[in-house]
Amino acid sequence: MKRRLRELQPFDKEAEERAIELGHGLHPDDKYLKPGRIPHIWCPGCGLGVVLTCFIGALRQKQFGVDECAVVSGIGCTGRVAGYLDMDTYHTTHGRAIPFATGLALAKPDTHVAVFSGDGDLFAIGGNHLIHAARRNVNLKVICVNNFNFGMTGGQAGPTTPLDAKTSTTPLGNAEPGFNLPYLAHASGAIYVARWTTFHPRQLVHSIGESFDRTGFTFIEVIAPCPTGYGRPNKLGSGLEEMRYYRDMSEIRYGADPADAEIKLRGKILVGTFEAADRPDFMETYRTQVIARAQAGGKGKGRAA
Amino acid sequence: MGRKVGIEVSIAAADAAALCDVDVVAAYPITPQTHVVEHLAELVASGHLDAEFVPVESEHSAMSVCCGSVAVGARTFTATAAQGLALMAEIVYIAGSMRLPLVMFLSNRALSGPLSIWNDHSDAMMVRDCGWIQVFCEDGQEVFDAIIHAFRVGEDPQVSLPVMVNVDGFVLTHVIEPIEYWTKEMVQKYLPPFQPVSRLTPEKPVSMGAFGMPEIYLEQKMAHNVALLNSRPIIEKGWTELAELTGRKYSAVETYKVDDAETIILGMGTICSTSSLAVDKMRAEGKKVGLVKLRLWRPLPSDDLRRVLAKAKDVVVLDRAICPGGGNAPVTSEIRAIMYTEPERPRIHCMIAGIGQRDVTPDDVCAMVDMALSQSIKDYHIYGVRG
Ligand code: SF4
Repeated sequence: MKRRLRELQPFDKEAEERAIELGHGLHPDDKYLKPGRIPHIWCPGCGLGVVLTCFIGALRQKQFGVDECAVVSGIGCTGRVAGYLDMDTYHTTHGRAIPFATGLALAKPDTHVAVFSGDGDLFAIGGNHLIHAARRNVNLKVICVNNFNFGMTGGQAGPTTPLDAKTSTTPLGNAEPGFNLPYLAHASGAIYVARWTTFHPRQLVHSIGESFDRTGFTFIEVIAPCPTGYGRPNKLGSGLEEMRYYRDMSEIRYGADPADAEIKLRGKILVGTFEAADRPDFMETYRTQVIARAQAGGKGKGRAA
Repeated sequence: MGRKVGIEVSIAAADAAALCDVDVVAAYPITPQTHVVEHLAELVASGHLDAEFVPVESEHSAMSVCCGSVAVGARTFTATAAQGLALMAEIVYIAGSMRLPLVMFLSNRALSGPLSIWNDHSDAMMVRDCGWIQVFCEDGQEVFDAIIHAFRVGEDPQVSLPVMVNVDGFVLTHVIEPIEYWTKEMVQKYLPPFQPVSRLTPEKPVSMGAFGMPEIYLEQKMAHNVALLNSRPIIEKGWTELAELTGRKYSAVETYKVDDAETIILGMGTICSTSSLAVDKMRAEGKKVGLVKLRLWRPLPSDDLRRVLAKAKDVVVLDRAICPGGGNAPVTSEIRAIMYTEPERPRIHCMIAGIGQRDVTPDDVCAMVDMALSQSIKDYHIYGVRG
């Protein structure tokens, strides 16, 4: 029996640069994407491509070079983003994107650290990390793509699956309510909380840009279609039909109380920037409290100059 | 006799658990285990199985739920793979040492990193010492039977230990095979209702999970080890009665053409099917080769292994996990250890293969045997590495 293994091709950086210079048949996002990794593995109609494009759009708008940012993702379809972006990225184990990113953000405070992951990753196994990072106000830009199920493993119920929604593990409807993510992030201490759908790419680019302007824990939820996992059992139709649903059912309300942002099956979707507050981030508090006190010889409530 | 159906092994495994009337299923989705739990969720939702399905938020919680439900006396089942097992490992050890007889379907998958969803045995080897009964299956029928057998043995009051049924991810979990189902009557005859040795009940309060202070910890560990070793006759009895019901006789160590064999290949799980083809091929070339399939990994059937292996000149162990920085690989190291005290012992060769589902064909097995016999490989050899 003959075994067929793909040849390992070392990446040809020079050839890629030549191709970019010529601008020949290249996609404008190519300088942000790892050559050879596209086409991606996402299903037709999946919302993840839109979110990735918006993220790149925000980087471009902010004129961030690829070496000024780092992207950390967890496991799942959204987690693949780390593999596609041509910058410092890390594809962590399931649920652990935030602790990894916390280490990164503290060690390299000048880097823009984004956590790009799915609802199943950030709020199931990773739920504890998220609320504590928000409480500490670590300088992380969290972008959570919410498609209401574990898409990659075949559409099982997760922490955001709405009550009554059907998934492969809740064939007769989910008996548990899902998390209201903006509300949870807000209650945990996030300084910036927004929600958009993939039908709102312009607002999303703007929102991601805004989150980069702030120092502290920011949280953006992006509602995205998963026609393969969540759409099919709930009869939401193709990715396009889900976009129509977002168009018809989204209500933009800036400054809305996140408590009102709960999403019900086939219900309306409140979008907008819900929270944009300011409070000292972890680094600053640590510098002004702990380090200053230590420098004052452990006495009194020293403050850094 | 039950009906024979062509069915995906994962689905059949879920049906086997359902036939055992499990009370609680707690699991978190992970490739390649998902079909097992999805099917159980369907059975619960459709009313075919009267059980609680708990879609927990992590594997750590899954195993914790399982421990709680067994502690109150509910028949409990879960399934996972690689990273999921790694995350639940803390509680896996606790289930073993607290003697909580749940059953786990482990779809064997390579541990990260690099991230891999494909098959090898590195996950099972990570929890080798968790004190569970651990069996490896070669085909779908074995998986089906092993799950029913697992409940029967684990829940036996003389055993009271959790059981791990190892099933090679994808290469076995996702294939469609002809599987003979048991009837409900057969299961009822074979598997008595779960009567836990001790359980949490208000009528007779007990404390579980208490501290093991230095005065008692060692004795507790010893008791656990003795319980695991003593489970062997009950495991055998389970197989004997299974044979009476189904006509299929399993044993801890199974052999193929070993009677006059000078060289014995030893493996666990699906690699044994591949190896049996290699044995036929080498026999046709006049080489005296046989195969030993190790089904029962814990408790290790040292007596049977010694008896079978002592007659051979060479034993080629096909290990499916790498032991970085170690002397060889997990299965080889056990085989070398138990044979060391034998007056006459074969040369034991360690071949590490099929890591991260790198394909192993019968030709590869032949090549590994040739290599082991003709080259002087000292500790181990990792087969098929490129570059
Ligand atoms: S399973 Fe869902 S989330 Fe994953 S790629 Fe497909 S559509 Fe997208």
